[in-house]
Amino acid sequence: MKKKDILLIVVLLAAGLIGLLAVRAAQSGAGATVEITVDGEVYGDYDLDKDQTIEIKNDLGYNKVVIADGTVDVTDADCRDKICVNHAKISKDNETIICLPHKLVVEIKGGSSASIDANAQ
Amino acid sequence: MARKITMTAIMVALAMILSYIEALIPFNFGIPGIKLGLANLVVVMALYLFGAKMAFMISMVRIVLVAFTFGNMAALLYSLAGGILSFAVMALLKKSKGFSMIGVSTAGGVSHNIGQLIVAALVVENLNLMYYAPVLVIAGVITGLLIGLAAKLTLPAIRRSMKN
Repeated sequence: MKKKDILLIVVLLAAGLIGLLAVRAAQSGAGATVEITVDGEVYGDYDLDKDQTIEIKNDLGYNKVVIADGTVDVTDADCRDKICVNHAKISKDNETIICLPHKLVVEIKGGSSASIDANAQ
Repeated sequence: MARKITMTAIMVALAMILSYIEALIPFNFGIPGIKLGLANLVVVMALYLFGAKMAFMISMVRIVLVAFTFGNMAALLYSLAGGILSFAVMALLKKSKGFSMIGVSTAGGVSHNIGQLIVAALVVENLNLMYYAPVLVIAGVITGLLIGLAAKLTLPAIRRSMKN
């Protein structure tokens, strides 16, 4: 290996890493929405990038959903098991928080899907 | 001349087999669209053994044949873009001196990915795809480096056997 080879590799890797960090910073959940459904019906769609608090109150019960810094968390609920409250924050496409007693589903829907059509050989 | 044609044919066959092996074994890097690019091993070697013109022919014939046999026509466009760009970059780097096979192959791996990404962005008319570029650059460095190392280790043996 020659000096120029190493230089080339280091420069390319550095450019890649810097780009990676820049992309991370630029698109933390960009364009993704948070969909809340109750009993199979859409309750509302919310922007993942906008910090907000959504309170869902109906005959089934009460849930408080907090969207902050590109993450979604259920911070309060009056259900028996509190599984939704104890659930970790979600931030990635297709992740969900579910409150079974209240038939509540909080899901992140991103623009892009991870599946691919074909590989170039 | 006959020797040249035979050697080209052998190299194309070798490249096709490597493409086929790669399709058989799932080298999974956990990221869609990233693979080792074993066939580029042949292109890099041809570049050093027979020069740019023949290496280019081998690369193009390989891509078209592989697309017809194992791949699909949609993928052909991407393969051609990657193949042509990476070939151009590798031929230039080799000419410019100061780079060994490893550097040439690394640059080839990166430009191969970038060529495909440019076509992908043109096809879907969405520049947001460029967000994927950093990942592809890093992947290209790694795969290109591996291919370059393999080429460097095999080249002397092939040179020796060709003398006979």
